[in-house]
Amino acid sequence: MANKKSSPKKKNALANFFSILVSDLKEIGVTFKEGDFKTRISFLIFGFGSLLRGLWLRGLALLAVEAGLLYFVFGFGWNYLSKLSTLGTIATSKKGRKTVYGDNSFLILLFGLLTLFAVIAFITVWRINVRINRTEQLILKNGRKLPTNKEDFASLFDSNFDKTLLALPVIGIFVFTVLPIVFMICVAFTNYDANHQPPSNLFTWVGLENFHQLFSFGSAGFGSTFVTVLIWTLLWALLATFIDYFLGIAVAMLINKKGIRFKKLWRTILVVTIAVPQFVSLLYVSKLFARDGLINGYLLKIGAITSAIPFWENAVLAKITIVVVNIWIGIPYMMLIATGLLMNIPEDLYESARIDGATPWQMFRHITMPYMLFVTGPFLLTQYTGNLNNFNVIFLLSQGGPKTGNLVGGAGRTDLLITWLYKMTINDTNYRMAAVIGIMVFIVTAGVSLVVYNLLPSVKDEEGFQ
Amino acid sequence: MANNNQGSMKRKRAVGNVIGYIVLILISLIWLFPYFGLLMASFRSFDASVEYGGMVDYIIPHTFSLDNYRFLFDTTQNNYTRWYLNTLIISLCVAVLNTLNVLCVSYALSRMRFKGRTLLMRFWLILGMFPGFLTMICLYFLLKQVGLTQAGAIPGLILVSVASSGMGYYVCKGYFDTIPKALDEAARIDGASRARVFLTMTIPMSKPIIIYTALVAFMGPWCDYVFASYIAFGHDKSYNVAVAMQRWMVVGDYQGYFTRFCAGGIVVAIPVTLLFMFLQKYYVEGVTGGAVKG
Repeated sequence: MANKKSSPKKKNALANFFSILVSDLKEIGVTFKEGDFKTRISFLIFGFGSLLRGLWLRGLALLAVEAGLLYFVFGFGWNYLSKLSTLGTIATSKKGRKTVYGDNSFLILLFGLLTLFAVIAFITVWRINVRINRTEQLILKNGRKLPTNKEDFASLFDSNFDKTLLALPVIGIFVFTVLPIVFMICVAFTNYDANHQPPSNLFTWVGLENFHQLFSFGSAGFGSTFVTVLIWTLLWALLATFIDYFLGIAVAMLINKKGIRFKKLWRTILVVTIAVPQFVSLLYVSKLFARDGLINGYLLKIGAITSAIPFWENAVLAKITIVVVNIWIGIPYMMLIATGLLMNIPEDLYESARIDGATPWQMFRHITMPYMLFVTGPFLLTQYTGNLNNFNVIFLLSQGGPKTGNLVGGAGRTDLLITWLYKMTINDTNYRMAAVIGIMVFIVTAGVSLVVYNLLPSVKDEEGFQ
Repeated sequence: MANNNQGSMKRKRAVGNVIGYIVLILISLIWLFPYFGLLMASFRSFDASVEYGGMVDYIIPHTFSLDNYRFLFDTTQNNYTRWYLNTLIISLCVAVLNTLNVLCVSYALSRMRFKGRTLLMRFWLILGMFPGFLTMICLYFLLKQVGLTQAGAIPGLILVSVASSGMGYYVCKGYFDTIPKALDEAARIDGASRARVFLTMTIPMSKPIIIYTALVAFMGPWCDYVFASYIAFGHDKSYNVAVAMQRWMVVGDYQGYFTRFCAGGIVVAIPVTLLFMFLQKYYVEGVTGGAVKG
């Protein structure tokens, strides 16, 4: 059913895209055909028409963008872009005493991509430029007045205020998030690892080989390690999310309970945990459970145990300890959220239930829980995906250990995909596999979000609990 | 009969309350215990002639001393004050710039309707699903090109943090959405421009969410280990507290540095915690609002 629904939609989107493209091309053609010489020259020199029509502000802006982009592409980027298909052929080498500088695959890929984006930007600005000329010409043709430069400038703070506000954030996200992500996606299709470190050893495209290695279950393949780590990641996120969720609600209800005093005090005590930086509290707790830590030391001293409990050395025990410590981290946060929400539940629901003779447990099951689940559905989802990538807790507590020889790529028994990725980047400089794992993390996160989001009751029917 | 019933109800409630108090006290003890331990360990001298600076099997130090704190602020022995200042500078800059950034993005997305708005939001949502570390290597080289690594790691870290902060607009936009649009419209009919509405109406009305955004942004850099250690790689003077103290604990000889780590942790935790306690109300508001809207 869902499939049937989505496939025509997809087709529609595709058809839509093409119809937009066709009408766009048509408009460009019409602009050129009907355009006066000002408009036509603007096809080559951005903003030319606007400048001649007296709108020097937008004319100069367009011209400056054109000049800047052209200078960037031909003065700097072309060198890299032209080698993008091979990622460089001549490695830097030493001939006798002299170093002969060659290509650098890393920079070729990075700046090649940047240049590619600059070309796309160029085309976009060109299109905007054409459209501006068209509108200006139409306005003049219809005998209306063009906006003045002053009005142009003022619109940046009024009708075009969104562009002013978003310009910097979008550029920032583009350079520092989009470009690096596209770069790393590309790395997943190269052989960039410890043996191919530019500039002395170039790397190059290898197609799907890395993905092949990820799913090969031989002794050298990453297959079994990937599955093991993935299962623990999913399980960990499930445990961490739901245990914290229910216990957090329980604690919040306890504090909210009639007759309990000093409510603010109890809350404050718990909230301290959020305030103290995690690297302080988690590192301390990690040492608390260490072989020579306080807990083992004390238990040994009073003779409760004869040898230290291997909290971090035993795989199962380490996993349990991490989940338990995470309760310590997670409850205060959940308690804060639940406290506010619990107060929103209409009191008369409980009142009528009480009159009908419902027990507290029944009220909890049939009023509190459904309400909470309904309201916090999307929140639970973000918690789950957040826990899938919960680097801090794992890294600060166990560093992914205990180590094991059974897993490849330096993975330990409590490593999540994200900490494994980190280890491969830092310890092994195995960038190609790290990039592949990164893509897998994305697929898992996006997949879980997509599936769960469509199942959520609060998405299905927004009015459900009213 | 009725009286009797009421009496038993009362007794039941009283018993329930007693159990409740016991549980709460237990919880409080468990939650506060690590901090108590941290505090106590920070007063244990690392000087071998006094006591031992590693891990021991008791909590209360035999002799209280301020050796660890003296060590921290002794600039001839280590750069702790420098690290602390680094972190403070990063935190303050990030708090201010991130908040401005988020406010701009939120206002544009909440109030203005422009072409590609939903596309942009969807695109950012998808971007957010990529693990952040993936971009680390690339960012390192990007920053290196402009000299913002190692010695220049502080501005580099600020830049990276601020540049991508626009994607965290959800809570703030949710708040803006609750401010009635009719107010904007009224002001615009009176001739105020969008920018004027934003600066003189929306921002003053959004005090809680501004404080929340700034607070969260301020607290972030204190825990930033991964990225900070990568960017500052090997350059001691550019470390932040998390990177430097993690090295005391894990990389270096933690046996001798344990109590010094505890003292350093206390010095880090006190201002952040105080600030947090002070602004707790706004934090709760932001977190709850964000959770319900998802």
